[in-house]
Amino acid sequence: MSPTLIERVSHVADKVAAPAAAEVDRDARFPHEAIDALKADKLLSTLIPVELGGEGATIADVARCVEALSQACASTAMIYAMHQIQVACLVRHARSEAMRELMREVVSSQLLLASATTEIGIGGDVKSSSCAVESDGVTFTLEKNAPVISYGAYADVILATARRSPDATPGDQVLVVCRSVDTKLEANGEWNTLGFRGTCSPGFLLSSSGSLEQILEDSYGDISAQTMLPVSHILWAAVWLGIATAATSKARSYVQAAARRSPGVTPPGALRLAELTVVQQQFSALARSAARTFDEADDNVLGSIAFAIDMNTLKLSASQLVVDVVGRAMVITGISGYREDSPYSVGRHLRDAHGAQVMINNDRILANNAQLMLVYRG
Amino acid sequence: MTDLDSRIRAVLAAHGRLAGDVESLSETDDLYAAGLTSHASVNVMLALEDEFDIEFPDRLLRKTTFGSIAAIRDAVAELEDAA
Repeated sequence: MSPTLIERVSHVADKVAAPAAAEVDRDARFPHEAIDALKADKLLSTLIPVELGGEGATIADVARCVEALSQACASTAMIYAMHQIQVACLVRHARSEAMRELMREVVSSQLLLASATTEIGIGGDVKSSSCAVESDGVTFTLEKNAPVISYGAYADVILATARRSPDATPGDQVLVVCRSVDTKLEANGEWNTLGFRGTCSPGFLLSSSGSLEQILEDSYGDISAQTMLPVSHILWAAVWLGIATAATSKARSYVQAAARRSPGVTPPGALRLAELTVVQQQFSALARSAARTFDEADDNVLGSIAFAIDMNTLKLSASQLVVDVVGRAMVITGISGYREDSPYSVGRHLRDAHGAQVMINNDRILANNAQLMLVYRG
Repeated sequence: MTDLDSRIRAVLAAHGRLAGDVESLSETDDLYAAGLTSHASVNVMLALEDEFDIEFPDRLLRKTTFGSIAAIRDAVAELEDAA
């Protein structure tokens, strides 16, 4: 019997991503070996439909893969998640023959996809752009000053938002598929952060050109509401759940090691571990059910206010639960967890966990939900 | 222009934050292309509810309901008839 998707990803996680994770984090370097191993087993094209050569995986399948990777290396998992978010946008919104060909190429060449949605000068609001697509009727050119493009220097394709044309309003956006061969990236600054250091996400000045078929037909507003935003929140939650699972696992090992030293005496950390497990169970139920909800949703559900509120709420909950769980693991593992040189060290998990509330700041999401509360009928 | 249309245009002028003049739009012009954001569309909806003393049910809380003046008019007329 051939191995399942999750077995294939777990193999990469355990054998390749985990051994490199500390170095990737320390040096803030791209996790080449893990991404190469994922490519070697054709794991970058799992979401591509079977008729285009992919595996037709569901978002719930991919979320489990992301979760498994994140237990080994959260940076690798975040890169994999972000790639899959862009693939999902192609699969669900790209219809031109050129884009179907691109999807076949994602399969054959295991292209790595990245995203450039934020822009310098628009105040972090991804629903408006200042840069615009310029077109002569056959080809386009685009110049965008992006404050962050995760693994931009390592991507084969970057999906960038822009105004539809130079005379379009800031909210009239399209999603443009920029091939790295046709794109010049000028990095501005370094990526030296507390966590997710291996995602290598500095800002770039992006200049690209290509055929008009590389501009997705659906408006970015629709792509965002129906796919990019919900899939992001679901797969990010899977990354954070993996971090929480890794920290939980260290806390468990620590408590069990203490128990082995004095059989008959329940170590004090066991009670805290039982407590942590309550939170971890809530977290995994939340994250996994959201992925299933998305897979079962029809267009009517995806376009509803209730769904938008649900996905925003998922992000708010998951980004706080991960900090909660890792903090509890730190207390259980005590000084061993606090040390950077012990097998129980939770430092990297703690730093990665705190990224969750600031990547799309929770205050922005809460403000968005506050507005939806004015119209939601329950 | 009907009274309904002019009242809708007045709400859009006050709350739509459109890029150009509301009066220059045809009833089928795409309001999102004209600069209506999702944020502004909520304010437009709230102001329409106040202006016409109606409440948009969940099934009408869709991007398409506020996509053009004609679409808004159809929705408002339907809700006024039902009232």
